[in-house]
Amino acid sequence: MRTKTVALLLGGVLAASCSTPPPAPAPGAAAAAPAAPAAPADDKGPIKVGILHSLSGTMAISETSLKDVALMTIEEINDAGGVLGRKLEPVVVDPASNWPLFAEKARDLIQNQKVAVTFGCWTSVSRKSVLPVFEELNGLLFYPVQYEGEESSWNVFYTGAAPNQQAIPAVEYLMSKKGGGAKRWVLLGTDYVYPRTTNKILRYFLHSKGVADDDIMEKYTPFGHSDYQTIVAEVKKFSAGKRTAVVSTINGDSNVPFYKELGNQGIKATDIPVVAFSVGEEELRGIDTKPLVGQLAAWNYFESIDNPVNKAFIDKWMAYVKKNNLPGGDKRVTNDPMEATYIGIHMWAQAVEQAHSTNVDAVRQAVGYQHFPGPDGFDITMDAENHHLHKPVYIGEVKGDGQFHIVWKTDGPIKAQAWSPYIPDDKGKIANWLYPWACGNCTAPKFGGAGTVAAK
Amino acid sequence: MKPVVHRFIVLAVALAAPVAAHAGPLEDAVEGLAASSDDKIEEAVTKLAALDDPRAISVLDALCDDRLRVGSDGHPYIWDSKIREVRRPLTNEIVSPAPRPLKEVEVSNDIRRVAFPVLAQLQLGSPNADVRLAAATELSKAGSAEAPVLLHKAMSREKDPKVLEALKLAGARVDLQSADPQARIAAIAVIGDSGNDEFLSALQQMVGNKDDGTPREPNPQVRAAAQKALNAVVEHQRMISFVGDLLHGLSLASVLLFAALGLAVTFGLLGVINMAHGEMLMLGAYATYAVQTAMHGSSAYLFVAVPVAFLSTGLIGVLLERLVIRHLYGRPLETLLATWGISLGLIQTVRLIFGAQNVTVANPDWLAGGVEIAHGLVLPWARTAVVAFVVLVSAAVWFILQRTRFGLQVRAVTQNRAMAACLGIPTRRIDALVFGLGSAIAGLGGVALSQLGNVGPELGQSYIIDSFMVVVLGGVGKLAGAVAAALGLGIVNKLLEPLAGAVTGKIVVLAFIILFIQRRPQGLFALKGRVEA
Repeated sequence: MRTKTVALLLGGVLAASCSTPPPAPAPGAAAAAPAAPAAPADDKGPIKVGILHSLSGTMAISETSLKDVALMTIEEINDAGGVLGRKLEPVVVDPASNWPLFAEKARDLIQNQKVAVTFGCWTSVSRKSVLPVFEELNGLLFYPVQYEGEESSWNVFYTGAAPNQQAIPAVEYLMSKKGGGAKRWVLLGTDYVYPRTTNKILRYFLHSKGVADDDIMEKYTPFGHSDYQTIVAEVKKFSAGKRTAVVSTINGDSNVPFYKELGNQGIKATDIPVVAFSVGEEELRGIDTKPLVGQLAAWNYFESIDNPVNKAFIDKWMAYVKKNNLPGGDKRVTNDPMEATYIGIHMWAQAVEQAHSTNVDAVRQAVGYQHFPGPDGFDITMDAENHHLHKPVYIGEVKGDGQFHIVWKTDGPIKAQAWSPYIPDDKGKIANWLYPWACGNCTAPKFGGAGTVAAK
Repeated sequence: MKPVVHRFIVLAVALAAPVAAHAGPLEDAVEGLAASSDDKIEEAVTKLAALDDPRAISVLDALCDDRLRVGSDGHPYIWDSKIREVRRPLTNEIVSPAPRPLKEVEVSNDIRRVAFPVLAQLQLGSPNADVRLAAATELSKAGSAEAPVLLHKAMSREKDPKVLEALKLAGARVDLQSADPQARIAAIAVIGDSGNDEFLSALQQMVGNKDDGTPREPNPQVRAAAQKALNAVVEHQRMISFVGDLLHGLSLASVLLFAALGLAVTFGLLGVINMAHGEMLMLGAYATYAVQTAMHGSSAYLFVAVPVAFLSTGLIGVLLERLVIRHLYGRPLETLLATWGISLGLIQTVRLIFGAQNVTVANPDWLAGGVEIAHGLVLPWARTAVVAFVVLVSAAVWFILQRTRFGLQVRAVTQNRAMAACLGIPTRRIDALVFGLGSAIAGLGGVALSQLGNVGPELGQSYIIDSFMVVVLGGVGKLAGAVAAALGLGIVNKLLEPLAGAVTGKIVVLAFIILFIQRRPQGLFALKGRVEA
């Protein structure tokens, strides 16, 4: 049946081309189409840019808006004339929250699609999955989400926060008088690499502040855990008698049942404050925020930050949402990883302009020291040594409308520590991609140079 | 002398009048709440505490509740969201037009921590016993400097026994530091009776030793009393946490049962491995969301959501059966694949319509919060309601299957399809209706689940494994099996969780189920003489 249809169609096309005496236009157009992907090779065609975010599966809830904001930023750059006079052409792929698929899609982007750069990943496990691919093929990845640190790669630029730009200031704040003077700590997380590593760092940090192990409770739940009755009851019991704070690295979906349970059991932020590292404006959209008022989050950007750059960023985003009729409409918000994506794409574009090339090695050299006026209110710089952004830290309290009231902030951007000084094993480890170091994890300079590392 | 006083009064009035018509320490303190810095606001709150005037309750309440605004004239106003206007604090008169732009007084936890005890202190005089109880409980957590005097005053006039108990406990916190050993012993006795674990560390300190080996509490009598109270508190807490685990298990069981009940009908009676079952839960939850949105968050939306979810998911179930599953009876592998495909399709459809993000389904007011049945043990209304609802639905399903003509036909078809068809039962129609019923029950489950957790496109995925687990463990085809299995799994899970942690607990339960099924493949309750469809 199908073969018949094809035959009929073919016959029709043939008949059409035969009936037209001059060189047939249809086959001509068909021939031009396959030639198009080869165009980026010459310097006139569009520059391909990979976008590697889950659009389905568990992580779609968080990653979809990063894809949207990446497309918005690319459109913005194209409207301003593109990069090196060429347009950017986004190549969106869906790794479907499937960690091995992330690696496959990354390989496809670099090898087959020949993208100049990739913006993507959210969970640390997805980043760990693509890391060998980017290092093997010498690709370039911009990773926009706060993470556990303990990593620096020649092929990755980290535009999200390292632990000293998020977790540690948050804990320090809760220790202070203003933050409630917590003496006991519950470290609560989803069971995977990011919460485990962050909590390891925090435990060492708390030890350094004189907190005994008896005053630290560490708990993990499986991905997608939805019954927090027992854990909340335990937290309540643990908190008896001493000021207690909860540090939550619970990821994605599980946050709603956790906060609902807190509200139902009558725990207020003034009794037991909860500071979360994975809950932002976007996650609060799916939660009834009334019982959450006063609970905290630490980020490098909040939508409620009041400055002209941020206002322009939000306006641009809302206009983009409206124009493209994205789901959620005027209820859409901006958040920290979106801002990090926005900054990352602009920094890459600036670096390409400066390097006069999309060549990965040339662009990488140019990305370091790039700076860009961030919506977080500061001129944000890329650290050429460890490939992380210098970022300000904000601590906000949840308000009834799902936005954050900023209660604490750093004076300015602070430099990321790829390796935590609080972990004894990390002692002396340096992430520095500048000569003579050229390594992401070493205690002595490597004079071999970056090229050998990249080619390993 | 007299004329001088008179003259002074006249002078004072004359001076005060142009500044503000109502100057006084209370008004001044309230004005201070409009300050721009946290420290100034705290100062004003402390002033209100010292004045101890209950007229300040409404404005403090507004402050804690994010309803305090600063008008363009720099004065504080209370926002009334009902009439969308502002009221003047203390006098409560409506100010119209409001001095816009109104700026919200943004309060941090820092301010709330100062303001809550002050509010509680003022509310001790409230005529409402519940308000007094909440105030006394708040004060037993953290007292202000004026607390001792106020507490004793409040105790002397308190009639309500529950409030009196809470007040005594609040007083005990203060008396624990008293220099008089008798007062300390009395305070310890109050704490021991209450079993309140807030004082656990204080008691532990009293029985413990200092660094040099001498006891921290010099008086041996007090020490003995503290030890006794400590034992009582620990014992009480042990009991509470056991009862708590059982209740949590019951609640988890209700969730599991809701997830599995519909499947027990479709899988159990029709033998259809319906991978799209989870999506029926999800559609039920989205129906709840849609109704909530359509009714603009009116707190009665749940009552409308129940029939809407039931009918819409039931209808989808019938359609699914008519269009797809009907053609695949007797081919379980193909059914599995087809329904899995349908499940993916439904997820993506919902994602396209509602977006990938979770949507907010807020608990209606009457389901928010909970009741404290003993100190440290809160029974949340939402969970209690889900337990009650699942009992109701299970009973209804049981009634339909066991006591109605339709149920009789269903059971006949389940046991022997060919014979049932010979006797004139329209088996095809029964199949469609049973599938619809199973889906509709899942839809009701969705309504219940929307009250406890996330509502997102992936909702069903997180429950599908649990629901199969319950049905298989309970024995395919038996409603009682599903109920028993859900109850068993829920309680075992919750008793294991505090011992082994959530992750290990889940693994242990799974391993247990595998072993159990190895020993007894037919599950807890087996259907005798069932003929495979």
